[in-house]
Amino acid sequence: MDAVTPLVRVQEAGFDLAAETARLSEGRVDVGGIASFVGVCRGDDGLSALVLEHYPGMTERALTKIAAEACARWPLTGCTVIHRVGRILPGEGIVLVLTASAHRAAALESCAFLIDWLKTGAPFWKREEFTGGGSRWVEAKASDDAASARWQLGR
Amino acid sequence: MKILYFAWVRQRIGLAEEEVSPPAEVRDVAGLVAWLATRGPGHATAFADPRQVRAAVNQDFAPPDAPVAPGDEVAFFPPVTGG
Repeated sequence: MDAVTPLVRVQEAGFDLAAETARLSEGRVDVGGIASFVGVCRGDDGLSALVLEHYPGMTERALTKIAAEACARWPLTGCTVIHRVGRILPGEGIVLVLTASAHRAAALESCAFLIDWLKTGAPFWKREEFTGGGSRWVEAKASDDAASARWQLGR
Repeated sequence: MKILYFAWVRQRIGLAEEEVSPPAEVRDVAGLVAWLATRGPGHATAFADPRQVRAAVNQDFAPPDAPVAPGDEVAFFPPVTGG
């Protein structure tokens, strides 16, 4: 199996789940399963938009490092991480993680690992904007730290 | 030394980035925070509780005792909230 080069993108535009999924199996017959996670913007409590800020350069580096770690821990045939920045409306996708492997366990576990790790390991900041004006920065959650820390055990 | 600010740290300071020449006794991230906090009221507000501010040196996350040197790119920001 050739070494896997993860596809990592940070972009303002939306993403196409079907097209990105198809990309991981096209032209090959060794893929047995593709796991996906799509983070979606909720419209709770009068939220009108999320505004995502990032650290150009470091963000791409951090995501690439996390994706490479997933490829080192699990036998993946492909891996895609797309994270949006800028203004995102309720119902729109924020982040896409796809992992492909010969077998489901590797795909499902690595997908969960990637989303847990990128929440705490990549420089993005969310600001919530509300209908009727006003905005606030989202605070980091201790539960996200715990979710990412569990991957340091075992394996 | 190039300093970058993100999210509410940037808003409180009123700058996205600045070029600074800290005195020689500033040798690590914590020392740099203490020195930057004296540069103005916005800086003082942003760094009032250094435990709420995270740092990166040359685009890698860095703890308070990480060394800093002339020519480094040092960034300050709140705990990250992506995903």
